[in-house]
Amino acid sequence: MDMRPDPLIMMTTQTAQATVAAKPKIVARNVNVFYGEKHALKDVSVDIPERSVTSFIGPSGCGKSTFLRCINRMNDTVPSCRVEGTILIDGKDIYDPALDPVQLRARVGMVFQKPNPFPKSIYDNVAYGPRIHGLSRSKGELDQIVEASLRKASLWEEVKDRLTDSGTGLSGGQQQRLCIARTIAINPEIILMDEPCSALDPIATARIEELMEELRHNFTIVIVTHSMQQAARVSQQTAFFHLGHVVEVGETPQIFTNPTDKRTQDYITGRFG
Amino acid sequence: MSEHIVKSYEQELAILDSKISQMGGLAEQLVGEAFDALASHNPARARATVASDATIDLIHRELEEQVILMIARRQPLANDLRQVISVLKVAGELERVGDLAKNVAKRAQTVSGETHPKGLLTGLQHMTDLASRQLKDVLDAYAARDAERAIAVWHQDEKLDAVYNSVFRELLTYMMEDPRNIGLCTHLLFVAKNLERIGDHTTNIAETVNYMTRGALPEGERPKGDITSTTLVSGPMR
Repeated sequence: MDMRPDPLIMMTTQTAQATVAAKPKIVARNVNVFYGEKHALKDVSVDIPERSVTSFIGPSGCGKSTFLRCINRMNDTVPSCRVEGTILIDGKDIYDPALDPVQLRARVGMVFQKPNPFPKSIYDNVAYGPRIHGLSRSKGELDQIVEASLRKASLWEEVKDRLTDSGTGLSGGQQQRLCIARTIAINPEIILMDEPCSALDPIATARIEELMEELRHNFTIVIVTHSMQQAARVSQQTAFFHLGHVVEVGETPQIFTNPTDKRTQDYITGRFG
Repeated sequence: MSEHIVKSYEQELAILDSKISQMGGLAEQLVGEAFDALASHNPARARATVASDATIDLIHRELEEQVILMIARRQPLANDLRQVISVLKVAGELERVGDLAKNVAKRAQTVSGETHPKGLLTGLQHMTDLASRQLKDVLDAYAARDAERAIAVWHQDEKLDAVYNSVFRELLTYMMEDPRNIGLCTHLLFVAKNLERIGDHTTNIAETVNYMTRGALPEGERPKGDITSTTLVSGPMR
């Protein structure tokens, strides 16, 4: 076998390194989360690079969703919840008391496991955010935002003739793409996705994954998923959570072919931990 | 190593390893038998050796089918992924070793009526011993997931190359001495080349064992000692 480095492999390795070397959009340091007495997240420190997809994997109850919800301060709405440590977005502390969580959530959008469109028309679902944030000055401008968002979410062609129909009348996969359109309508910088495909069939899942591939050029995406194959397919970085700790963070190809920590290996290969 | 939650997955991976060990054992046996048939001028033995290569091919096909099914069914990851891919590669190498040994046996049939000059087979015997030893060592390294041992085989192949170089020169000399030797010596030259190639396949397996256990290719240039491609022995001028 020729032992000279394959130029193609070298190229991909360099690209992968470039991804990791990219400026971190989100920097978390020693984040601890408590729900009452329960210590849910323990000393989590992670860098999340911008304009790429980072996936969080790990068994149920490992803290991955808890951490995701820290990034847009969704945990603020849980009364017993206490968050310690630092989370910076673009170098600014998002837990700064002077910061308005509503403004933060406009920059950090979220898509949930179960598609949850408002019981309103398809148009109004997407127009809702831009309206309350005052992002458009005229009906024409709002129409443009709605169309552009639906296009970016790969839904426009399927719904352009029935924008006044109820959003809840769409199929599950279409509803999820509507929720993504609603999220990107207010032009966020970060999109958090909490198991966005677990209620969808494989075709709808493939559409969402294709969409993530498109969106990552403009947005920083963080996805929580129980599907190892999905994490391997869509993300450039993967973080493995276990019992409230981040066990291992790395480039996705490395995590799935040659993880360093035995716990990561046991989890992704389906062995007893 | 902790066990898979899905027991049938664990069993499937174990079957892969046992089939590799079965295939490897057969390949080792074939290399030895092919040379014995040659050395003992025994065409019947040579024919039996040729026939038993079919078993290696059969196991190879079974392994390929099982690996394809496992990729479809289990989507193996991490060390499992590396094992499944390595099995596919190692099985391919062993299948080639079987073919090369079979070719030695075929030539043993062809030259069984010829009288060998004394001492002509010593070099080939040495090559057979080295190739068989490398094969055995690398299969043990596979079974034990021992990358160090695999790398040792990787380095060992230089010895086999060195003996091949001298056998090559020796056979050319015999041919120059007496043109009647050319038929026999040409066959023996191919036997030597086959044994040298078997050594190369063992180093490929060694690289795969290293990848399987460490997730990386061996570092540095692969040791190469075969210089016959650039060797020319000139005859006496008439």
